[in-house]
Amino acid sequence: MDTAIFFIQVLNSVQYGLLLFLVASGLTLIFGIMGIINLAHGSFYMIGAYLAFSLTGLIGDFWLALAAGVVVAVLIGLALEWLVIRFLYDRDHLYQVLLTYGLILIFEECRSLLWGDDVHGVPVPPALDFSIPLTENLSYQVFRVAMSAICLALAAGMYWLIQKTRLGMMIRAGSVNREMVQSLGINIGLLYRVVFALGVALAAFAGMLGSPVSSVFPGMGNQVLIVSFVVVVIGGIGSVKGALVAALAIGFADTFGKVLLPQIAGMVVYLLMAAILLWRPQGIFGKA
Amino acid sequence: MNDSKALASRRRFLKTAAGGAAAAAGVLHAPFIIAQPAKIKVGLMLPYTGTYAALGTAITNAFKLYIAEKGGKLAGRELEYVVLDDESDPAKGVDNASRIVNRDKVDVLVGTVHSGVQAGMVKVSRESGVLSIIPNAGFGAATGALCAPNIFRTSFSNWQTIHALGKVMMEKGHKTCAWITHKYAAGQEMFEGFKEGYEKVGGRIVKDLWLPFPNVEFQALLTEIAAAKPSATACFFAGGGAVKFVKDYDAAGLKKNIPLYGNGFLTDGTLQAQGASAQGILTTLHYADSLNVPKDREFRLNYAKAYKLQPDVYAVQGYDAAQLLDIGLKAVKGDMKNTKGMIKAMEGVTIDSPRGKWKMSKAHNPIQDSYLRQVVGEQNKFVGVAWKALEDPARGCKMG
Repeated sequence: MDTAIFFIQVLNSVQYGLLLFLVASGLTLIFGIMGIINLAHGSFYMIGAYLAFSLTGLIGDFWLALAAGVVVAVLIGLALEWLVIRFLYDRDHLYQVLLTYGLILIFEECRSLLWGDDVHGVPVPPALDFSIPLTENLSYQVFRVAMSAICLALAAGMYWLIQKTRLGMMIRAGSVNREMVQSLGINIGLLYRVVFALGVALAAFAGMLGSPVSSVFPGMGNQVLIVSFVVVVIGGIGSVKGALVAALAIGFADTFGKVLLPQIAGMVVYLLMAAILLWRPQGIFGKA
Repeated sequence: MNDSKALASRRRFLKTAAGGAAAAAGVLHAPFIIAQPAKIKVGLMLPYTGTYAALGTAITNAFKLYIAEKGGKLAGRELEYVVLDDESDPAKGVDNASRIVNRDKVDVLVGTVHSGVQAGMVKVSRESGVLSIIPNAGFGAATGALCAPNIFRTSFSNWQTIHALGKVMMEKGHKTCAWITHKYAAGQEMFEGFKEGYEKVGGRIVKDLWLPFPNVEFQALLTEIAAAKPSATACFFAGGGAVKFVKDYDAAGLKKNIPLYGNGFLTDGTLQAQGASAQGILTTLHYADSLNVPKDREFRLNYAKAYKLQPDVYAVQGYDAAQLLDIGLKAVKGDMKNTKGMIKAMEGVTIDSPRGKWKMSKAHNPIQDSYLRQVVGEQNKFVGVAWKALEDPARGCKMG
């Protein structure tokens, strides 16, 4: 592998890692802070992609569609939390798995009824639809660079929200001791509803942002669900910083695994997870 | 469903009534008193949910279209359907197939799309001896090492869809190429079919790249293609993977210096989603848009009229499955129990298909033309015949 190709592969790794982070960050919020094992997370990603497809067609502008889609996703998140999720906080993980698995089936069926089973594409926003040549044959799409930048900005935004704001302080406190926060006069029900909606919105946003390059197809959510859980577990449950580091690590493992170890490319990510968990069973940034 | 129940009880009534009515035979019209023969039970085991739902529906639609064109009867006998959604789940393949064959006792088994599910169905077909027609799955062994007198295919073998591609690429001056696909059984079969054809005409595969199924993160491997600098790229992708691959290949700037080739699944049913990225791509398959076949024009018109949809290659294969069944039934005058007689009639038969006439091979797979097609707008336009009467080598098949 010559140097130029090596650096392009590094770029590929970072770009894939950042997109993974975006999907997984919502999961780490819901799983880590609320303690809900949310198997339907992939479905929210899928809903986002289909929303981008419909709204872009309807509104005509990708970025406006993105904004509208986030609003829809937040509403879906609030409604779901109120309808079903809030009954799960005091229950065993098995109930959560059962219910959120049921949600996957419901969302898949709704998707089939509303949008059908065809594959759809979302056009890349025209302003970013050009490429920078890297070698004589290869170029890099500017939209992919923009995606990475947006992912980074969101990572920074989430860090600020959770570490520096009053809301973030309540979220962190709520994850440690629910009853104590409640007895201090904070409406924990409302707080959890907001966190859940935020998690749904993050997943849907990832689906929307990625839709021009990933295209939109049935079952797309299941593909990201498993790798999202891997990110959350490696990074340490509930740690946004951990999710970022883990997502980048997986980006590198996946990219270079495909290139250097093609025979076991499908396993590399899981081998990495096994190795990290042997070293730190609670994940890189998890609390023991 | 209620209809069929009502019909069944009416049939029972007719049977008991027939004896009494026979006495009055002299004065009544003959058709009224003859008890109708039992309906032929057709098992449709196809995907109606999941990724391949659209394919299962197209096959079913076209199968029923043919029956409707024949007035709802084949060889004078009505049909009833036992429909089973196989969900393209290989884990349930054997169970589902044996349920529909042994419990529902279908006379003929039609299915399926997914090769992994097909492997289970072939096992059940071989054990039970039930007449089986495969309307899609290209799983090579079904008409190769696992071929059987009662198993027929009206679609293709994986090998067959891509074997002609090497010759085409050589004619376009591509002496080297890179290969990329998902690492699973179908990908492996496609690779072997392509490699055999390409190397026979002197081509050299400089890099073969494999992606874990169903991973669609292509960036790393696209970079590898750029680094290997082949003259062209050949690939096998279908459905959502095909859409993303064609778009990513174009966005990475590879398309203009290293043209992309594949078999027809790369651009079938996906063109609207692929948009400009797919324009000009050359593919091989046994069906194309704007084929100059009169039967095709008639089929397309009738299909569009019946379902308000344009038919695709899967519909054609389903239509031919019904045609094949018709030929078998006619030969035995509707006596479904005479499986031997049906098989004899179906072997070596020539089917007048919308894709053009094709002949049943000794291994029970179509001997058919492989067409070269090019993406123009949202059509896979017919360019020419890439390989006349291409026959699968049917390796390991001891029949015939």
